[in-house]
Amino acid sequence: MNDLLSLVHSLVNGGMDMAVEMGAPDLIQAGIFYALAGVAVLSALGVVLCRNVVHSALLLTASFIGVGCLYLYTAADFMGAVQFLVYGGAVAILIVMAIMLTRREDMAHSNPSRSLLHQAGAAIVAGGFLLTMALAALLSPFQEAPAALGDSVTGLADLMLTKYVLPFEVAAILLLVAMIGAIILAKGADEA
Amino acid sequence: MTDPFSLTAMDIFRFATHIGLTHYLLLAALLFAIGLFGLLTRRGIIPALMCVELMLNAVNINLVAFNHYLPMPDHSGQLMAIFSIAVAAAEIAIGVALAFRVYRDRNTVNLDDLDHLKG
Repeated sequence: MNDLLSLVHSLVNGGMDMAVEMGAPDLIQAGIFYALAGVAVLSALGVVLCRNVVHSALLLTASFIGVGCLYLYTAADFMGAVQFLVYGGAVAILIVMAIMLTRREDMAHSNPSRSLLHQAGAAIVAGGFLLTMALAALLSPFQEAPAALGDSVTGLADLMLTKYVLPFEVAAILLLVAMIGAIILAKGADEA
Repeated sequence: MTDPFSLTAMDIFRFATHIGLTHYLLLAALLFAIGLFGLLTRRGIIPALMCVELMLNAVNINLVAFNHYLPMPDHSGQLMAIFSIAVAAAEIAIGVALAFRVYRDRNTVNLDDLDHLKG
């Protein structure tokens, strides 16, 4: 029995060593990255190409959640939580609410596109941008050295209340002003 | 990446399976380009707002990836992304309020119909 156990043990260990030598952890990491990036990119394409604006809003949320999972994968756990709460929650709800408030008769064709010529021009502009950025990203030499930064919540809280306390307060005022402005805009200056 | 003309299949495979900063930059550029295409082709106010959100989101990926992969002493890159998210939240709130106002006053959500300043 003990011999059998040790045989299984050595087999598993040997298999793990072989998998590590062949770069299996890298492959798994790459697989996770490509899966999450695929969710984000395909849903973003759906946002742009869908005819129905409600489908676009749903796919937009899927894209945000894919990017949020990518943040978790990049060890930015607080960023992931903020992404889920603010983008996946608040922004998605706001957009769906805006769609419902400005309802059209025919929802199936609620997301009209411009002419084919216009689309071709837009594709050239976006493709040119993508090509430039891709070349810049591929050809710049980066000194990659991932540092162990520790707990991101603690690190962010320390930064937010010491070095970046002024931008933090300005962001608070900006959000307050945006909220009051949104209420006045939506209700009308004489009603509010 | 060194000389792009002397790459072998093995180099490309190694590049594809070792996720680094470049992959995040490429993903962000792709998402930004998709948002840009949508912004230029959509005709409604709300789809245009969605595309702006996509582009802002793509920029945040860059900030987080730089913070993770470059030798940084602290989390300031992630903090910049959080400020960017705060500004994006303010922008979408004002944008939705404006879209609602325009819909009530002009009874349209089509960007091409909003040309009253044209003269």
